[in-house]
Amino acid sequence: MAANKKTTKKKVIAKKKATTKKKVTIKKKPSLYDSLLELVRVTSTVLPDDVARVLLNARKAETEGSSASYALGIIADNIELAKIKSSPICQDTGTLLFFVNHPVGFKQSEFIETAKKAVVKATQVGYLRQNSVDSLTGANTGMNVGPGHPSFHFHEHKSDKVEIRLVLKGGGSENVSTQYSLPNVELGAGRDLEGVKKVILDGVIKAQGKGCGPGILGVCIGGDRGAGYINSKEQLLRKLDDKNPSADLNKLENEIVEISNKLGIGPMGFGGATTLIGCKIGVLNRLPASFFVSISYMCWASRRQGVVLTKSGDIKNWLY
Amino acid sequence: MKRLEYPFTKEQIRDLKVGDTVLITGKMYTGRDAVHKRLHEGTKPPVDLNNQIIYHCGPVVVKNSKNGKYEVKAAGPTTSIREEPYQWEVMRDYGICGVIGKGGMGAKTLKACQDYGCVYLHAVGGAAQVLAEKIESVDGVYWEDLGSPEAIWELSVKDFPVVVTMDSHGNSLHDKVLESSKAKLKEFI
Repeated sequence: MAANKKTTKKKVIAKKKATTKKKVTIKKKPSLYDSLLELVRVTSTVLPDDVARVLLNARKAETEGSSASYALGIIADNIELAKIKSSPICQDTGTLLFFVNHPVGFKQSEFIETAKKAVVKATQVGYLRQNSVDSLTGANTGMNVGPGHPSFHFHEHKSDKVEIRLVLKGGGSENVSTQYSLPNVELGAGRDLEGVKKVILDGVIKAQGKGCGPGILGVCIGGDRGAGYINSKEQLLRKLDDKNPSADLNKLENEIVEISNKLGIGPMGFGGATTLIGCKIGVLNRLPASFFVSISYMCWASRRQGVVLTKSGDIKNWLY
Repeated sequence: MKRLEYPFTKEQIRDLKVGDTVLITGKMYTGRDAVHKRLHEGTKPPVDLNNQIIYHCGPVVVKNSKNGKYEVKAAGPTTSIREEPYQWEVMRDYGICGVIGKGGMGAKTLKACQDYGCVYLHAVGGAAQVLAEKIESVDGVYWEDLGSPEAIWELSVKDFPVVVTMDSHGNSLHDKVLESSKAKLKEFI
């Protein structure tokens, strides 16, 4: 993956050089703007390795000649094609969610300003769709910048590293994301892990077909409604093959995937063996009166990438 | 594998059954949330939709600065169920013969598919590059004031891959999978 990104980037640079040959070339130092533009490009066009691997393997579990197998075949072709063409994996390039871990003294407002410029450029060249709409007038801003867009989440840490993770979360998957308040009488779900399991599986049943499965669930147990949803999205930053440090949650994560894949929902809801390719569960404290379970459904096109920056703002290494 | 070729006819549509994989060659018009809302509010469509296919899709389209031509950079389906309140009317009033989207639609649409000879074709959600590759040309754009993803794009496609998940005979794969998955879940909780 790292090598691939490098070669793609080299090609892009080589192409640029070729077209600007006649001009006086002053070697420009890579800047935060360039790094963020590259982060957006790679996130929109290259699926993380851990996700691609699981999707490519999933086809083996489906009956040959079935619609499920057909869909996974098209998905495999699409992953490859998007990478080669450096074009969006999915046309719904979603909400841009930036998660930034930074040291003390980091200038958030400057970062936001630069990130917005990079997003505008990424939209102009087609790495992103014009995806930001004024909720009152219905007018498309055309540039993916406006109140709430992009979405920034900063976290100050003790390390001197600047780590930027980006998730592109499409509307189809966000629309089937959901939140339950326990107890839930209708589902017979109480305030315990068994109750949590019941509501998550209800979410899986309701999302079928609509969220572009096979999907990944980011779940948060607890928190208030807002914090719960944010934490559930942060779960989507985890690699599919990581292990939850809590034994209880690790068990629940595995169980949810196992049961979901026995329900016969399958890719796209066509029927089949692969309904989920991952479930990641986090936990926050709650009030005595509240018990929320927040579920962020992510489509198979789980676009997340991340970079660590050098002091000058260049990309030091990739995180996925 | 079946083929559906332009000009489309009701006979071709009636021949399609749930579970068929189909390659479409010919014309289609994109139309999603804002287009359906506007049609529902009584505005006449800017093109003749009789025996045409509507594609629930908000593509990424970029205008080539050199030749002024539109290029589709990505074009997968969007979730269709949002058009459930309107789709049956568009079938009845404007004679469309096919809808491409993802996730399937509800009872009103299924009945209209039967009544007016229409079919629901499921494209693979998220497969924006594979599907964009099947677009040979952008032949027109209408209602651009709705914004690029919501406008009506007239597209020519070749071998555009879909699966029939709701046919004109009252069958829906989505209903079937929903029922069976609900029953199955009872075994586990």
